[in-house]
This record gives sequence, structure tokens and C-alpha cells, in this order.
Amino acid sequence: MKRIADFFKGTYLGLMLLFLYAPIIVLMVFSFNESKTMGHWSGFSFKWYEALLSDATIMDALWVTLSVAIISAIAATAIGTFAAIGIHSMKKSPKSVVENISQLPMVNPDLVTGISFMMLFALLGIKGGYTRMLIAHITFNIPYVIFSVLPKLRQSSNNLYEAAMDLGCTPWMALRKVVIPDIMPGIVSGFILSFTLSLDDFVVSWFATSGIQNLSIYIYSIARRGISPKINALSAIMFVAVMTLLLFVNLRSLKEEREAEKQIKRL
Amino acid sequence: MNLYSNIKKKIALILALLMIAALCGCVGGEKATTLYVLNWGDYIDEALLTEFEEESGIKINYTSMATNEEMMVKLQEPDCIYDVCFPSDYIIEKLVAQDLLHELNKDNIPNLVNIDQRFMDLDFDPGNKYSVPYMWGTVGILYNTTMVSDPVDSWDILWNEKYSGQILMYDSIRDTMGVALMKLGRSVNTRDEQDIKDAEEALIAQKPLVLAYLGDSIKDRMISGGGALAIVYSGDAMWCMDENPDLAYAVPKTGTNLWFDNIIIPKTSKHTEEAEAFINFLCDADVAAQNAEYIGYSTPNAPALQLMGEDYINNETYNPPQELLDKCEIFHDLGDFITVYNDAWNRVKSYVG
Repeated sequence: MKRIADFFKGTYLGLMLLFLYAPIIVLMVFSFNESKTMGHWSGFSFKWYEALLSDATIMDALWVTLSVAIISAIAATAIGTFAAIGIHSMKKSPKSVVENISQLPMVNPDLVTGISFMMLFALLGIKGGYTRMLIAHITFNIPYVIFSVLPKLRQSSNNLYEAAMDLGCTPWMALRKVVIPDIMPGIVSGFILSFTLSLDDFVVSWFATSGIQNLSIYIYSIARRGISPKINALSAIMFVAVMTLLLFVNLRSLKEEREAEKQIKRL
Repeated sequence: MNLYSNIKKKIALILALLMIAALCGCVGGEKATTLYVLNWGDYIDEALLTEFEEESGIKINYTSMATNEEMMVKLQEPDCIYDVCFPSDYIIEKLVAQDLLHELNKDNIPNLVNIDQRFMDLDFDPGNKYSVPYMWGTVGILYNTTMVSDPVDSWDILWNEKYSGQILMYDSIRDTMGVALMKLGRSVNTRDEQDIKDAEEALIAQKPLVLAYLGDSIKDRMISGGGALAIVYSGDAMWCMDENPDLAYAVPKTGTNLWFDNIIIPKTSKHTEEAEAFINFLCDADVAAQNAEYIGYSTPNAPALQLMGEDYINNETYNPPQELLDKCEIFHDLGDFITVYNDAWNRVKSYVG
């Protein structure tokens, strides 16, 4: 009986992972294809990787995507975290109103967000594609940061902050040394969420900006003429990079946890 | 004290970040004139952009879009920044009707004489007041010679039960409704509800034979031998035939839909003279030949075609004979009548036999 149960557990997990990763694996395999067409293998080659590195348009788009993702995630995390701390310390009824208002943009369709940005920027006379894209990305990221930081604040106790003050902390020190470390997991997940959302956003970026393109805009636009295997190569590199980063982060936190456990035991 | 110095540090950090952001925003700031160009993705040889920048001292900001409709949205923006765009034929009519186009100053485009007279003064822009043709082509049938034994010279072959489950159609309203209308001998621009109804019935009758309604992936499927017959554009067919020698392209004798992508300048452009210089550059015979060889679509530039050589001139896919072109039709903007097409197409797509 147990063996059957184990077998089903294993296949279930295996199938799930297969479905999740099969498309990416196919894409990565075809990035080494000699021919320009997908689904038609004509030999192993690195030529698309070489072509990718010498393609200035793709490299520009990659630079825009990465820099916007990093800057907007940092800015949104800072703004969102302080907003969440503020919302958390509000009185009950205004708190629930502000909380709901701040999360509303998450259910707004991207298309609506994008077009409203387009109109707002035109009205305010904000020029510059990069500035526009950055402002738009920071804005649509903020609710997600608030959304992931608030639950952590609810879990942590207000007494901690007061205890820190009693022990001689200034409010700023208490915030920095007690409150923020306490809600750090929420802040980190808000940052990662913002980063990924910004990385693959197409709709908002397309409508909010002019004269600049990130990777999603570029890839979408070449669909009419056929996606080049250069894009496969790029996706493969990005996938491997993100995967390594995640592994690294996870291994490190695992190590830290173990060390913390050891310390607790010693105490 | 500690409190304030810390806050100061944080504020300094935030200001620094904002400045980095602002700096990045200014990188594109104007020193030399910058032309903002919005084109289809991968629809120009980008080496030519550098060549133009070096020759003229004008900088080019090049971005791309995926559909005509997206481009329309950009052109309708009140603070549209683009100076040169490449819309398709029927979209020009729409843009003219909405007064969004700049009237070209032909004195600045002497190379306009290179454009084949057959492709000037077309219905969608009489007298080429606003647009210059950039690329053109036909819509036809790409077929695999190892799977198709009958002669491919009429749209009826797409309704032949022998090829059941091997036919690929475009997932595109105007193109596919157009094929059905052409099969029935009607105009692709018809505004007659009965014609639309007949076309809808024809497509529903054909549906059991159709393997799939696809977009761009039709090309990959055909190259890998995943279909016997498919609707494709001539320029794409050229590429597919290069990749897989078993494939051939045919346009039915009764004619087909002819399409044009064109260069225009939006009315909002503040650099129309520079934009006209860019258009003139693209109409240069050498430049147009290099560009057309890169893209693989047919060029309307007559001397450029001569430069490209016999292989292109004698290729009936690339350069169809005039007798055929005489029978072809160009899409027109249908205005509100397009909803009738949309409804019919939706009924076809949702029909379950």
C-alpha cells in the first residue's frame, strides 16, 4: 500500500514539474538549433548566442528591462514598506478604507492602467520614455509591496516596538533595528514580486511610453515576422541566471537558519 | 542627533536614486535632432539606420510595434512623439479620415521617382499625398509538393476533402474572410450582408477540413511538414521555400488580395523635413535593395529590384506578373461595417461541427 502511495506522490510531483518546465526546456534546446525555424532540428550551434550578443537592439532592450526592473523594485519597496507601516498604525475605520483603496489597482486590468498612464503623462507633459516607464512601473508595483508587507506587520507585535523604545531606542532606531528586521521576509517577497512583475510587463509599458522599448515590447513586436532563435538564447540565459540567483539565495537562507538553530540549542 | 543624521543619510540615498533615474531619462535628450521611428519588429535592415545617422547627422530612435491597431493608438495620442511610421494600406484611409497625417513635401523626396508607377497613386492614398509605399506582397497558398498532387490554381483547393486535417488558415478576420469571399468571386471589401453570410457559410463548411487557425506559427508548421496547404503572405512564403525546398507558393488565377506597408509622417511631427530626408534615404535604389534583401518582402522600388538581380526579377512569388496584379484587390477601410465581419468570424470560430 505504502509503495503505491509513494509511487503516486512521485508521479504527481514529477508530472507537475514536467508541465511547468517542459516549455522552457524545449525553448532552451532550440536555442542551440542551427536552423532559424522551431520544430526543425538541423544541428547543434552556438550561433544564436553570438548573434544575440552582437544585436544592439536586443541588448538595449535588455538594459532597459533590467534597469527599470531593479530601480522600480527598489523604489516601490521603499515607498510601499513605509506606506504599509503607516497604514498599519492607523485607526480602525480609516485603516480599512486606505488599505482597500491602496490594493484596488491590483485588480485593475493592465490595459486600463496603461491607457490611464498614457493620458496622465500627456496631461502633465511628462516627456522621456524612460522616465515614463519608470514612474509607471513604480506605481503598479507599490500595491504588491503593501500587500506582502501588511500581513507581516499584523503578525508582529506592537509590544516589540514599545519595548525597544523603553530600552532607549529613538523611534527611528526602533524602526530600523526592530520593526524592519521583523518584517524583512515580507519586504523581500514584495521586492521580488515587484522585480518579476516589472520584468515581464508588456501592456502597461507599451501604452505608457513612447520611443523606448523593453524586452517584452521588442519580442511582441517581432511576432509578425517570426520570433528569432536569438530570443530563445536570451530566454535561456535569463532563466539560468534567475535560477542560479534563487538557488544561491535559498541556500544561503537555509545555512543561516541552521546556524540560528545551532545557536538556540547552545543557549 | 543620531536620529537626524540617519534620516539625512536615507534622504540622501533616495535623492541619489531619483537622480540616477532622472539621468537615465535624460540620456535620450536632444542635442542633434532625433527622429522617432515606429516600425514593425524586424522590418528594416538596422545597419541602414546607422548609415543614415552617419550620413545626415540626424539621430534615430527606433522602436517597434506588432499591429496596426497598436500604432493607431500611438498616433492618436495628443503628445505623439513619432516622426515616421509604417502603417498598412487600409489604415492610411483611417488616418487620413482622422486628419492625423502630414502632407508630404515631395521636393524633399526626389527619390520618389524610383517607386514603380504601378504602385503609385493607389486607391488608399490618391496622388500619394501622405504616404510612400515601403513593401508589398500578395496573399496566396503555400503548399507542400510531396502532399499535394492537384494543381494549385484556385481557392477551391482549400475546400478539397482530400486534404482534410492538413489545411492551415490564418487566424485573422480580414485575411480569412477575404479568402472565402474571393473563392465565391466577391470583393474582399464588400459591404453586402449577403456576401458576408455566404462567406461565413463557406468557412463553416470548410472548418472540418481545417487543421488549425494560426498566426505567425503557420510558417514553422509548414516548414516542418506539419500541413499540406496554408494561407501565407508572399514574402513569408519566400522564406519558407528557402527553408524547405518541398514547399511551393501559388496565387489563384482569379487574383488575390494585394497588400502594401507604407511610410508616413504623423501630423504631430516637429521634424518633418528630417523625416522626409529619411524617407528619401529609404527610397534610394541601393538602400531599398539592401533593405528588401534583408526583409525578404517585395520592394516597390523599380531600380532596386533591377539591382537585386535576375533571381528576384524572374521569381513569380517575389515579382508577380502584371496580368495577375490586374486581378488583385487592396483592402479598404470598412468603417463601422467591420462589426459585421467580426460577428461572422466569431460565429465561424465558435462553430462546433
